[in-house]
Order: sequence, then structure tokens, then C-alpha cells
Amino acid sequence: MKAGGFLTEERREKLVLGGAAPLLALVTAMAITSLVMLLTGDNPFTAFSVMLDFGIKSDSQVWILNKAIPYYLSAVAVAIGFRMNLFNIGVDGQYRVAAFFAAVVGGALSLPGFVQIPVILLVAMVCGGIWAGIAGYLKATRGVSEVITTIMLNFIAGSLIAYFLKEGRLAEREGNIVHTPDIPGSSHFFEFATSVQPIHGTVLLALLIGVAYWFVLSRTRFGFDLRAVGRSESAAEASGVSVTRTVVTAMLLSGAVAGLVGMPTLLNESGNYGNDFPEGLGFTGIAIALLGRNHAIGMGFAALLWAFLERTGTQLEFEGFDQEIVGVMQGIIVLSVVVAYELVRRWGVRRQQRLVGEKLARARKSDNDQAEVSA
Amino acid sequence: MRRVSRFAATVAIAATLALTASACGESSTESNDNEGDKGPGIAFDVGGRDDHSFNESAATGADRAGEELGVTPEFQTARSGETNADRVQRLTALANEGYNPVIGVGYLYGDSIQQVAADFPDTTFGVVDAAPEGDNVYGMVFAEHEVSYLAGVAAALKSETGRVGFIGGVDNPLIQKFQAGFVQGVTETDPDIDVEVDYLYADDDRGFADPAKASEKANAMLGRDVDVIYTAAGSSGSGSVEQVAAVEGAWAIGVDSDQYQQPGLAEYQDSILTSGVKRVDVAVEDLITAVHNGEAPSGVHEYTLAEDGVELSTSGGFIDDIQGDIDAATQRIIDGETTVSDTP
Repeated sequence: MKAGGFLTEERREKLVLGGAAPLLALVTAMAITSLVMLLTGDNPFTAFSVMLDFGIKSDSQVWILNKAIPYYLSAVAVAIGFRMNLFNIGVDGQYRVAAFFAAVVGGALSLPGFVQIPVILLVAMVCGGIWAGIAGYLKATRGVSEVITTIMLNFIAGSLIAYFLKEGRLAEREGNIVHTPDIPGSSHFFEFATSVQPIHGTVLLALLIGVAYWFVLSRTRFGFDLRAVGRSESAAEASGVSVTRTVVTAMLLSGAVAGLVGMPTLLNESGNYGNDFPEGLGFTGIAIALLGRNHAIGMGFAALLWAFLERTGTQLEFEGFDQEIVGVMQGIIVLSVVVAYELVRRWGVRRQQRLVGEKLARARKSDNDQAEVSA
Repeated sequence: MRRVSRFAATVAIAATLALTASACGESSTESNDNEGDKGPGIAFDVGGRDDHSFNESAATGADRAGEELGVTPEFQTARSGETNADRVQRLTALANEGYNPVIGVGYLYGDSIQQVAADFPDTTFGVVDAAPEGDNVYGMVFAEHEVSYLAGVAAALKSETGRVGFIGGVDNPLIQKFQAGFVQGVTETDPDIDVEVDYLYADDDRGFADPAKASEKANAMLGRDVDVIYTAAGSSGSGSVEQVAAVEGAWAIGVDSDQYQQPGLAEYQDSILTSGVKRVDVAVEDLITAVHNGEAPSGVHEYTLAEDGVELSTSGGFIDDIQGDIDAATQRIIDGETTVSDTP
């Protein structure tokens, strides 16, 4: 690394461009949402102030942070695929299968917590990995599009769980809820006590995964291979990267992280997998990965923003707004982000072209000057 | 390596900031000093207020009580794919704003009600279709299998083709109660009749808000000569009713509310044979009135056929000709002569 190179001109420009896109997207999204609210006869300013007021309350902060944990994990799982042009839509099925079997294993064992928690996490990662690996294997050996296989595997995951989640098979019944046997209390994840509700300890798991994601992708040979395959398969192949191996490994990793998505709910909240276990987190992950531009920190902010919107949506209903406005807002944000990134990217490219052009012109001019002097 | 440690430091600082920030500031509970006299607060299951089914029934009950007592009920709606945290938040918000009683409509609210009720000892919590514990919690469950038995009797007597069908929204214990009662009612009335059973989703609460899928399943059944279809699927049911109405001589049996009376289904009402009604409206109205009069109930109450907690609707007059058989079956259940199984 060059001495004092933290804020070279290039880096600064990269930072400004990186910050401009999400900001532009957010402002656009707020403007469009305001317009929608004005059209339906609501006052957008009241809505925003209600959301902000309620969103920064201490219990809201805890709720938002806890809610963002599975969103973040899900986004990382999706992003691993995105970075090499793999569209893993199957995170939803992967985390449900993983959480289900992890819950079954966790409910069947009664080891001390410091052994059992890692066992549960491991089972989840292996199950998620296997489920995603099927799609990866088919893609690598048969060239089957992972978009199709992962969608199909989502349905199969649903049916598989439904088959085992019956009284007398792997589950027990409690009123109108069927769930796997409870995981012993000693195997619940720890929590951070606060003045209001506790913060889930799985937040550390999410941080760890975030750091690992950043490190593996940008600081290892494998990460480089993976991004190279994402840019151009043929070029990567030509320079000695095994595309098949990278595809399978990426899917396995994506699946293993997906396997962890259900863990905050399982180990910090429910303690079992029942027919009230949350679904659809995998799809939310796609939106958040898009919003966070597959960036380890960007996705963190995106997950928090998502959770903030959901937290404050309920409060809007008390003020006479429809809570659907939150869904509209989320949709518009994702759309504006995609559009804004493209706009900023084009603007950046044009700016770079101009800068390079100016540099070249300057260089030629000084060449000419020298030529004149020597003549 | 320097970059790595800088990154690690940034993450660590951000984490510490986030964690400490979370514990500070005023909580939304502290900044609220409502007295708990704002009237009833109702939290719906997916499908929302106008699902032509049990959310709507709960809303009717709350509106009726509200009119009588001069209070305005607050309604909140769930989204598909919610987590327990979302439900806890909705109930907490209602209790926090001062609504009393706070009623969760649907078995998914069971756990969250129990959790929130502990934080608000002065508020009464009611929940439909679940039986949670707590001094200030009132669980309202219904004998769906009993009324479904009667629906089965009606279906068996009205079928011309000898084939009847059951469509459930989600394959869970609650909907299986409907299935069990219906199948038993059909076979005990006429053992020769075939009963087809199908579910929209194995394990996904979208099953209660997907009329398109119900319409598809009903269409397939009608194609196989089924001429009476009993659909227990919340707001998805309208899809099935619509398909049945397009076939001459076929009957739909509704569920939860008297679907013949639903304005939204008015154009199909001539095809709605009857409905297996759960008097969620009566249960909700009674709870609100009791709380208003300072006599908040607690524990779990099962609304059965014997006390008119569930009933087979007669509007439209399509089952008038078989009313004798229905009454006889009702009497047998009330007398304990027939025991209706609640699992298939």
C-alpha cells in the first residue's frame, strides 16, 4: 500500500460516487412516495415525522436491529451468488430446510450449550449447503440454469418440510401449531440485556459472516477467481480458473450462509420450527443485496433500513395511513436504487473518459512544447 | 495487513456504537401514558378485514359492540410471511396506544399474545383459534369439526354425481379439523360417496389469501365430476366459489361467515348452498362488552354446536328440504350420540 494513500484522488472519487448513488436513490424514493401519498390525500410530512419519531425510540432500535439480523444473513447468501453472476433465488428454500433439520437435531439432543449450539449451526450450514449444492452441481455438470433449479428446490423444500412437520413424524402438536420438539433452554443463543428488550446475540454471528464475506471475496485467491468468473467465464477459464469448481463452491458457500438465516429466529426466539416459522426471508434478502450493492457494509445499512420501514409501518396505521405505503416505499427504493446506480455508473464512466482525455491532451501538449523547444 | 485491521476496527466500533445506542433514549412505552380506555383493538390475520371469512366476522362483532357501547374499534392488518416479532409489535402497539381489549384474530397470534399480555397486566387480551395461558388472556376456540360434520351431511344429501370435495387453505391442525368433520359427515350419511381432499399449500400462510390457487383447485375438482365443494381457506375461498358458480348444478359450501350474505360474493350467492359459520362475531362482541362492563374473562372457551358457537347457515333456503336431516344430526352431536373426530 502506498504511503498516506488512504485518500488519494481516485479513492475519494470512488467514495463520493459510492455514496452518491444510494443517496440519490433514497431521495428519489422519498419524492415518489410523497407523490403517491399526496395523490391518495395523505400528508407525507406527517408520515415521515411519525416514522422517524417512532423509529428512534429505544425499543424500536432494538427491534430494528434484531429484525435486521436474518435480513443481513440472507442478503450475504444472495450476494455471494450475485458476485459471480449466479442468481440464487433458492435462499428461501435453503434456510427453511436448514432451520427445520437444525431444529430437529437441536430438539433431539441435550448436550451442554457450548457444544450443542455449534452442532446446531453446523447442521444448518451443511443442510443449506447441500440444498444449494444440488443446484450448483446441476449447473456445473449439466448447465441447468440455477434460476430454474433453485426456484424448483424452494417448492420441494416446502413439501419436504410439510411432510416431516406432522404429529407423529418429526413434530408435535400444541393447539393449532405443529412444531418440532423444543430445543433445551441451555442451547438458546445468549442475549445482550438493554434497558428495554434484549438484543439477540446472533448479531455477532451476522457481523462475523459479514467480515468473512468481505475478506474471502476481496482478499483471497478464491474470491478473486469467483469475481473473475462473474466478469467473464471464458476469460477466467483461459487464465486457468476452473469454472465448474468455482460455481459449485460458490453455491455451497451461498447455501451454507443461507442455512444460518433461520438461526436468529430459532436460537433467539422460537426455540423450535413450527408452522409459524417465518417464510420469505430469502426473497427479502434479494432486495437487500440489490440495495446494498453486494457490499458487506452497504447490505448492513440496507437491512437496517428495511427493518426500520417495517417497524414504523405499523405506527403509520394508528395515524390513519395505510400500512401498505411501507410496501410501496420498499418497492420504490429498490427500483430507484437500481436506476440510480446505473445513472451514477454512466456518469462516472463519462467523467473518467473526460479526465483521461484531458490528461492525454495535456501530455500531447507538453510533448509538442518539448518538440518546439528542441526544434 | 493494515487495511484489514482498519476494517476490523471500523466494524468493531460500528458494532459497539450500535449496541450501546440501542439501549439509550426513551422507549415508546415510556412516552405513552394512555389509560387503556380507547376501546377495542383488533389485529387481523392475513387476508385483512374484507376476507369474506373469519377476519370479517371478527370485524362485524367489533363494529356491533362499538356501536352499542359508543367506542371506535381500531383495526390492524397482517402481511403475508410475518414473523412473531411483527405480531408482537402489532399487539404491543395496540396495547400501548391504550386499546382494551386487544384481540388477535387467528392461531398465529397464540404465542405473541401470551408474550405481550405479560407486559400489560391491566389490558385484556383475546385470541381467536388459539389457547394461550395467562390471567389476562382469553382464548376463543371453536368446534369447527362439528359444524363441518353438518356441512358433510348437507353435501352428501345434495350431491347428484356422488362426488364431493374439500379444499383447505393450509394443511395445518386447524384446517384438518374442518376436513375431519366434513369427511365423517359425508361418509356417515352415505358411505358410497367419494370425498376428494386437497390443500392449497402444505406449509405457507399464503393459503389464506390466494383466491387464484383455490380457483384452480376447484376447477380441477369440477372437471372430475365433483358437484359440491367445501372450501376452508379464508379469503382464498372466493376463488373456489366463483368457479363453482360457473357450473350448472354445482354447489359451494362457505366457511366462517355466512357467505350467502357477503356483499362481495353477491353475484354467486345462488350457488352457495350453505356455510359452516363460526360465530367469531358473537365471541368478539361478547368479549368487548364484558371488558367494557369491567368483567374481563380469562381462560379458554370452546364455542360448540350445543351453545350455537358454530352453526350451519340457512340463508338462501337451499337446504330447507333437508333441514330435518340436519336437525337430527345436530341433535345427535349435542346428545353425544355422534362423536366428531377433530383429526383426519
